[in-house]
Amino acid sequence: MVPLSWYMLLSIIVFAIGVFGFLARRNVIIMFMSIELMLNAVNINLIALSHYLQDMRGQILAFFVIAVAAAEAAIGLAIIIALFRNKATAHVDEIKEMQG
Amino acid sequence: MELQFYHILIPFLPLAGFIINILLGKEVTRFNAHWPAVLSVAGSWVCSLFTLRDVMAGKIIDADLYTWIVSGTFKVSVGFLIDPLTAVMLIVVTTCATLIHIYAVGYMRGDSGYYRFFAYLNLFTFCMLMLIMGNNFLLMYFGWEGVGLCSYFLIGYYFNKKSAADAGKKAFIVNRFGDFGFGIGVFIVFLTFGTLHYADVFSNVSSIAGKTVSFLGWNVDLPTLIALLLFCGAVGKSAQLPLHVWLPDAMEGPTPVSALIHAATMVTAGVFMVARCSPIFNLSEVAMNTVAIVGAATSLFAATIAVTQNDIKRIIAYSTCSHLGLMFLACGVGAYAAGIFHLYTHAFFKALLFLAAGSVIHAVHTNNIQEMGGLKKYMPITYAVFIIAALSAAGVPGFSGFFSKDEIIWSAYAAHTPVGKLVWLMGTAVAFLTPFYTFRLIFLTFHGENRGVHKAEEAHGHNPHGSSHSAHGGGHNSHGHDSSHGSHGGRHIHESPKIMTIPLMILAVGAVAAGWVGIPPILGGGAHFAEFLKPVVGHPEFHGTHAEEWAVMGLSTTIALCGIALAAFMYLRKSDLPEKISKQFSLIYKVLYHKYYIDELYNYTIVKPTYWIADKVLVAITDAKIIEGIVNGVPGAIGRFSQKLRKVQTGLAQHYGIFMAAGAFFIIALALLLR
Amino acid sequence: MEQQVIMNQLSYPILSTVIFLPVLGALLILLNRRSWESLTRWLALGTSIATFFLSIPLFTMFDKSTHKMQFVEKFKWIPDWNIYYFLGVDGISVLFVLLSTLTAILCVLISWESIKTKTKEFYISILLTTSFMIGVFCSLDFFLFYIFWEAMLIPMFLIIGVWGGPNRVYAAIKFFLYTLVGSLLMLVGIIVLYLYGGKTFNILELMTKTYPYTMQVWLFWAFFSAFAVKVPMWPVHTWLPDAHTEAPTAGSVILAAVLIKMGAYGFLRFSLPLFPEASVAMTPIMLTLSVIAIIYGAVICLAQTDLKRLIAYSSVSHMGFVTLGIFALNTQGLEGGILQMLNHGIVTGALFLSVGIVYDRTHTRKIADYGGLATEMPIYASFFMVFTLASIGLPATNGFIGEFLILLGGFKANQWAGVLACTGIIIGAAYMLWLYQRIFFMEVNPKLHGLVDMDVRETIILIPLIFLVFWIGVYPDSFLSFMHPSVQHLIERLNTGGVQEMNIAKTVMEVVK
Repeated sequence: MVPLSWYMLLSIIVFAIGVFGFLARRNVIIMFMSIELMLNAVNINLIALSHYLQDMRGQILAFFVIAVAAAEAAIGLAIIIALFRNKATAHVDEIKEMQG
Repeated sequence: MELQFYHILIPFLPLAGFIINILLGKEVTRFNAHWPAVLSVAGSWVCSLFTLRDVMAGKIIDADLYTWIVSGTFKVSVGFLIDPLTAVMLIVVTTCATLIHIYAVGYMRGDSGYYRFFAYLNLFTFCMLMLIMGNNFLLMYFGWEGVGLCSYFLIGYYFNKKSAADAGKKAFIVNRFGDFGFGIGVFIVFLTFGTLHYADVFSNVSSIAGKTVSFLGWNVDLPTLIALLLFCGAVGKSAQLPLHVWLPDAMEGPTPVSALIHAATMVTAGVFMVARCSPIFNLSEVAMNTVAIVGAATSLFAATIAVTQNDIKRIIAYSTCSHLGLMFLACGVGAYAAGIFHLYTHAFFKALLFLAAGSVIHAVHTNNIQEMGGLKKYMPITYAVFIIAALSAAGVPGFSGFFSKDEIIWSAYAAHTPVGKLVWLMGTAVAFLTPFYTFRLIFLTFHGENRGVHKAEEAHGHNPHGSSHSAHGGGHNSHGHDSSHGSHGGRHIHESPKIMTIPLMILAVGAVAAGWVGIPPILGGGAHFAEFLKPVVGHPEFHGTHAEEWAVMGLSTTIALCGIALAAFMYLRKSDLPEKISKQFSLIYKVLYHKYYIDELYNYTIVKPTYWIADKVLVAITDAKIIEGIVNGVPGAIGRFSQKLRKVQTGLAQHYGIFMAAGAFFIIALALLLR
Repeated sequence: MEQQVIMNQLSYPILSTVIFLPVLGALLILLNRRSWESLTRWLALGTSIATFFLSIPLFTMFDKSTHKMQFVEKFKWIPDWNIYYFLGVDGISVLFVLLSTLTAILCVLISWESIKTKTKEFYISILLTTSFMIGVFCSLDFFLFYIFWEAMLIPMFLIIGVWGGPNRVYAAIKFFLYTLVGSLLMLVGIIVLYLYGGKTFNILELMTKTYPYTMQVWLFWAFFSAFAVKVPMWPVHTWLPDAHTEAPTAGSVILAAVLIKMGAYGFLRFSLPLFPEASVAMTPIMLTLSVIAIIYGAVICLAQTDLKRLIAYSSVSHMGFVTLGIFALNTQGLEGGILQMLNHGIVTGALFLSVGIVYDRTHTRKIADYGGLATEMPIYASFFMVFTLASIGLPATNGFIGEFLILLGGFKANQWAGVLACTGIIIGAAYMLWLYQRIFFMEVNPKLHGLVDMDVRETIILIPLIFLVFWIGVYPDSFLSFMHPSVQHLIERLNTGGVQEMNIAKTVMEVVK
């Protein structure tokens, strides 16, 4: 039986990698993947705790997260493709249409 | 007695005439507009005679038609009060109005605004009749403002002329200053008595004697306060000092208007009002003295100005001011009947003076008496009636004006108070000036050589009226007789048509004989007039002997004859003397000629500063800088702040990410620390 | 509660009909084809005339002997929050419903030829504004009231912002923001009342409760901010000249005739009965502001060079009279105030209509561009003269009755206020007559040669207003009699507030003894 703390440690590590990837990398695809990592880190946590507390709601929430992540991936990738077609780049520093 | 049908007809017939002409005048009645107008006013006159008969039979009518305004305890009706005072005024107003309407048929013939003129004249008659017949203060106020409005319309009748439009506006606004006081007076009457109906107010009037109220922080005697506030209205309407400035300018209107509104009827409304409110005025010595002194001062003041003026109508206008002053003088010493008596005789001789002057203007097409002269032989009828009117105005024994003026001066003397003596002196001075300026006018107009022929020829080209006439051909019709028709030269001077001279002759009879109803006992008369009015206005106590009365009468008569003689000497014998005198006393002459610079004073102390404040302070500073500064400033400040704040929005996704992470860290840290 | 109201006895729900008939008309216009412009106009005219005729029973069937709400319709709307669809009118509001329905007809007619672009949208906006305005006057539920109150802004904003003059966007936004900021504070006030007054939006029920004095003062000012902007009182009046100047004629007419009455109506319907003690305590401030508005508005008129701006500032002055009358807190002042609201709607509405008529011909609003118009357009000049005279309060016109009662009431309440307000009448005569002189008298401005006088349509627009001017002036009783019971009731409410204070004071004195 793997103790709960290990799962949580794994979750923290994965989340930290995600955060680092999102903030440090400049490629939009990589940043996008980092977001997915963060989401999945949360999923690990949710399922582990659900099992530990014997409460199904955590797993239901995890399913929701997966569904949202899928939707997000679909829309996000579509945006990235549209962006790439327009700008011919996936480099995030060159995309500053939203500058105030 | 119940209100009879013909009582109601008196005011509403002219109203009907007005409605017919104003609605149909342009298309239907057009140059027949005088028919409804004259017939309706003549109808009122007939009804007034019936009414006079009723009142002579001792009947007094006080009846309401309907309730006008109700609000809480405030209730006021439209209703009529017909008593001797009203009856006298009815006769004065309808008689003058009828004659002047007829005269105007000839005077205004061919004017493009013919129907409009008669419509306004009818409306005026309606308002004036409402003013005198109303049985409460608010209805008087209705008539009061109504006649002011008609006066505005009729002064500005030749509205294409700036001076006419200005004069009309000035008359209205100056009157509003007086009405300001009058209105507040009405408020206080209501708050004191709980009603505005004369009968209820005057029957309770003794309850306020000696009462003190707080008004705007000052403690004042209640009757004095009410009387003085009401008198403010009279000062405006009757052109007394210091609100007299509008009356001379009002002469821009057609002459029949000057005769009807600015001599015979409207301007006397103030005197009527004071007489009507005599129960209130009687309670306050201060108010009475104020009325007497204002009246006497205006009388003297206007008479001195009249001496130097050259415009025929303005001279008569100042003369009107002066005579109105005498009426107030009479009221101020308690001799209301004498004041009303003078109002009554004055209506005849002053209307006559104006209409005769109109006849002159009609013939020579100028208002300047220096350009007239020698008209006697061209216009015999006008000359004759002018002389009659002047003798009456001058107070020559036997004529109407003599009896009324004498009664005023005697009342002032006999009042035996310091104020009475003072105003008596002033009145006597006026008795000298009035004949002087009136006969100066006659001698310059009718006697001597005609100085106008040459100038009238010139008028074809470059007299100011003539040029304005030719400059805008389109509007020339509406200029009428007072200013256009420069084409008539002196050689074409002729007597006016019958439709104008017949009313003149009828009025001349009035100017001679109207006063015979009030011949004082000392001359063998019965003073019927004063007796008739006694139930309404009472009668002052005279403290004087017959000898004194003879002396006072003799003095004023002698002085009047001296005035005529001096005028004859200066303007017939030594016609270079006036010029010498004016050079000798050029300062005084200038001040008088410029009417004591009162207009200029008002212009620089009231009109200009108000306008300056409006333009330079309220528009430019308060509204534009202060209020708009805040209104536009707050959004502006928000805008500038957001200009700064938008810099945070870099557009780089990773900056947002860092902020998010930092924020999340911060919140979690806070949550943990504050646990 | 139910004895406070008289349910609608007519065969149709009259208030709902008058409110929603214009909306129906707007829908029909929406479905209409864009190219059929004249059908659009006729639809708008038909709807507004139908609305007016359906609203006439409010005048003829009104029970003048009671202060109770009449023609009441009450349905549950959102029961969870205790919100009702609750309509009714009393002597204070009924005349304004009629004024609104009449104004709608005039607005449609005056725009007949002057609105050439986006005709459909224009008439939809006019009809919607009318509907919402009537809603405001009829609502007896705060929630419903607030919805109408705010909804009204949107079509009005569009009317100014789309069909207005050159500076229309600025004016429209200013108008919108000014009124919105005020209204939001009122919203807070409404929520406080809801929570404190037992979770109800029912205005009649809230009126029967008493609120602590401090709370009354706070709420008074919260409501004041909404109403004062609408009136507009000095110093929050500056949106009015801009909005009036830039708005198309119909917009100015709606603004002048009905919209700015809402503020004064709000004071009467809400501030006075809900916060009687605060109202009494705030009287000196309100009277001061009113007197400042009267004199300031009048004096500033003297310096105006723009026709519509001058009339807009004169509205500030005239509405100063209205607030003066209302806060005189006596019968004459209140009745005069209500009547003067009606009068001002008629007269200023008519003046803006008249300006619109001449603007359609000359396309200038500058006074200096006019002069001698009486020679060119005599009939128009006579109509304008009547409205000028009504505006300066000449007896026998409606303006006199209102102003006289207000000044009498104001003088009764505070002598200084009465006397100073009287000076406004002098200046009023000065600026209006001067305006009239500069436009109609003197020599004809060459630019104006050949102008045609009013046509039948334009005359028809002004005739009912002339008729009303003299009707109210000569026989005001047919309008004043609507108000007597309601105003009496209002004063009783104000006095009981005062009496309670007196009683408290007495008790305190006895305790001290």
